[in-house]
Amino acid sequence: MVDILMPALSPTMEEGTLARWMVKEGDSVAAGDILAEIETDKATMEFEAVDEGVIGKILVPEGSEGVAVNSPIATLLVEGEEAHSQQPAPAKTPPSSEDMPADTRQHPAPTVAAPVEPALPEGTTMKKTTVREALRDAMAEEMRRSAKVFLMGEEVAEYQGAYKISQGLLEEFGARRVIDTPITEHGFAGIGVGAAFGGLNPIVEFMTFNFAMQAIDQIINSAAKTLYMSGGQMGCPIVFRGPNGAAARVGAQHSHDYAAWYSQIPGLKVAMPYSADDAKGLLKSAIRDPNPVIFLENEILYGRSFDVPDIEDHTVPFGKARIWREGSDVTIVSFGIGMTYALEAAEILAADGIDAEVIDLRTLRPMDTGAIIESVKKTNRCVTVEEGFPQGSVGNYISSVLMQQAFDHLDAPVINCTGKDVPMPYAANLEKLALVTTKEVVQAARDVTYRT
Amino acid sequence: MAPRKSAATPNVSKDELLHFYREMLLIRRFEEKAGQLYGMGLIGGFCHLYIGQEAVVVGLEAAAEEGDKRITSYRDHGHMLACGMDPRGVMAELTGREGGYSRGKGGSMHMFSKEKHFYGGHGIVGAQVPIGAGLAFADKYLGNDRVTFTYFGDGAANQGQVYETYNMAELWDLPVIFVIENNQYAMGTSTLRSTKSPSYWERGAAYGIPGEEVDGMDVLAVRDAGRKAVGHCRAGNGPYILEVKTYRYRGHSMSDPAKYRSREEVQKMREERDAIEHVRQMLLTGNHASEDELKAIDKDIKGVVNDSAEFAKASPEPSVDELYTDILAED
Ligand SMILES: Cc1ncc(C[n+]2csc(CCOP(=O)(O)OP(=O)(O)O)c2C)c(N)n1
Ligand SMILES: [Mg+2]
Repeated sequence: MVDILMPALSPTMEEGTLARWMVKEGDSVAAGDILAEIETDKATMEFEAVDEGVIGKILVPEGSEGVAVNSPIATLLVEGEEAHSQQPAPAKTPPSSEDMPADTRQHPAPTVAAPVEPALPEGTTMKKTTVREALRDAMAEEMRRSAKVFLMGEEVAEYQGAYKISQGLLEEFGARRVIDTPITEHGFAGIGVGAAFGGLNPIVEFMTFNFAMQAIDQIINSAAKTLYMSGGQMGCPIVFRGPNGAAARVGAQHSHDYAAWYSQIPGLKVAMPYSADDAKGLLKSAIRDPNPVIFLENEILYGRSFDVPDIEDHTVPFGKARIWREGSDVTIVSFGIGMTYALEAAEILAADGIDAEVIDLRTLRPMDTGAIIESVKKTNRCVTVEEGFPQGSVGNYISSVLMQQAFDHLDAPVINCTGKDVPMPYAANLEKLALVTTKEVVQAARDVTYRT
Repeated sequence: MAPRKSAATPNVSKDELLHFYREMLLIRRFEEKAGQLYGMGLIGGFCHLYIGQEAVVVGLEAAAEEGDKRITSYRDHGHMLACGMDPRGVMAELTGREGGYSRGKGGSMHMFSKEKHFYGGHGIVGAQVPIGAGLAFADKYLGNDRVTFTYFGDGAANQGQVYETYNMAELWDLPVIFVIENNQYAMGTSTLRSTKSPSYWERGAAYGIPGEEVDGMDVLAVRDAGRKAVGHCRAGNGPYILEVKTYRYRGHSMSDPAKYRSREEVQKMREERDAIEHVRQMLLTGNHASEDELKAIDKDIKGVVNDSAEFAKASPEPSVDELYTDILAED
């Protein structure tokens, strides 16, 4: 008898809903038969038998939510040699993010109760929303607002988005405005740029930003530079969006963080939100912006829930950082997924009596360096956090700004916590080492406060 | 798909048929095991299975000679097994262990073997196509009469760099065989939704490259087409295009909701066109092998696959020093 275990059906899946059993106890099954339908945050998938045998006991009834990957969901009676086949014991409690293998790496959950920002009208109610839903809502609202806004990209329409960001948009807006493209990034990025020159407001989704490297010439040479080259005549109101940076175990060609690259380019605006409310508000602003905007999302954050103001038109301006936590001992500056480390580190530091101020840049271009300087005037120390490579990082730029504009306020060198200077390895243990960790952020904060 | 060309007059020896049966079965069982290990969390990230497409690589490898090169996309496990790479090393790369072909640093999508002339394992759709032509360029430049099999999908076939490559490959008579593995879908997009010229091999005509469509569920038809293409390239006539019609039974990768095609469509392919079953029937009806002999082969293959899985589980994770090695070559 072997246990049938809850399968992992995607790189980031930790648990799922056992939506429906397609077999019952006593049924004979062959390899390839559908056993059950399993729902992850991305999709409902069919789970196939890999061995032949007879379903013994169903251990997890259908409709059960939050079933952990690798926990037994049924037993299979097999004849002969396979009966003793070895299955790993299911993990009991998830270990902490520090000693977990990277593929099940749990980014710290948001811990801060109420960020200092934003100022909302009296009586605004909040709605728990995932980053995924927030992005979808932002696109839907802007598409309702202006008929010139359309979405195109690979699998955005009929498949509902490779990461399900465009779920429901085809149904609401039709195939004229929600357009599946062939796998031809350089071509459709250029077509998007031309459409923007021609008076439309395209949203171009890259399945991930790794594939935007195929298209980067059109993004930079055509979208970013034309306004300038045309003496101000020809703007390019377009949004290029999609997940950026490392997901989990997807290797060197699928894990690149482009924050520093795009933030270098005059003529572009660059947003990299962390929370759902910012994702929504910034994407709405990006779609209305008359300039090309690079909108860097993160696959691991898609499923995270945050409070989003339940108001008709929630926008967030570019170039304004958000203070998630006030503190007086050290300034931790981050953006996007980096915020998960920054906020977790701040909690740990607080327990040690180090009071960190945590700033989320939200947009990298324009960058609210004023907010960083103001904070450093108070704390006199700064640590930056990002997942990208160390050389030419966003943190490097912040360090230089602080050196040039706040040198007299610094009591310690600025430390940049970054991903390591290596292509992303696939092996779980190496991937964990290649990414920036909370531990490194905590250590950096101790170093700059000289409390090691 | 049209009925098999080779069905009427099979021109194949018993040994060759048995070889095809073994090789294709090895890929299928290996992939099933990989799927199982993925579900158990031992394999992470993306994992694209080759189940259904086995006859393509097995047929073409039968047309290759020692020293010929091959390069493909992320759906690469079958190609590696078919060109003689060790199942243990492939499976251990899937689990990210030291015993893997890339010592755990590449994963499912990125494996290589200089020894077997396998040049990867590429994650960016279409990127392997010019690289394959570049390998052929090197052979021509060095005066080697070797050919390069450059595999890519129907989705990749729309990428611009494919056509830049066609132009140069024909211009310079490069000995490269462009193998379009047309499994009818690129993720959730059927070929009918991504192009109005779905006969991919015919696009070569615009550049002067000859080619043909091949039944990819018939290993003998693939072998024969492969021989013809190899002959063309090795004789110095430049590139050749094979559009091999095939079908993947499983999802695009492990996380595929499979709502873009019907269960019946998949089931029909499995039942009516399965390439392994085809060879099995030829073996039985031609009295080349008995049920018992085939059972013994099945068992043997199962042993090889289980051994690779055991190896892949037991092999240690790479040493942490490996994080900083292999970034630049030492002189
Ligand atoms: C440049 C690029 N764009 C998008 C992707 C995401 N992607 C991976 S596989 C794939 C589908 C490719 O289909 P096809 O070429 O038919 O090969 P198949 O998977 O069917 O073997 C897509 C869109 C990618 N890896 N690279
Ligand atoms: Mg395909």
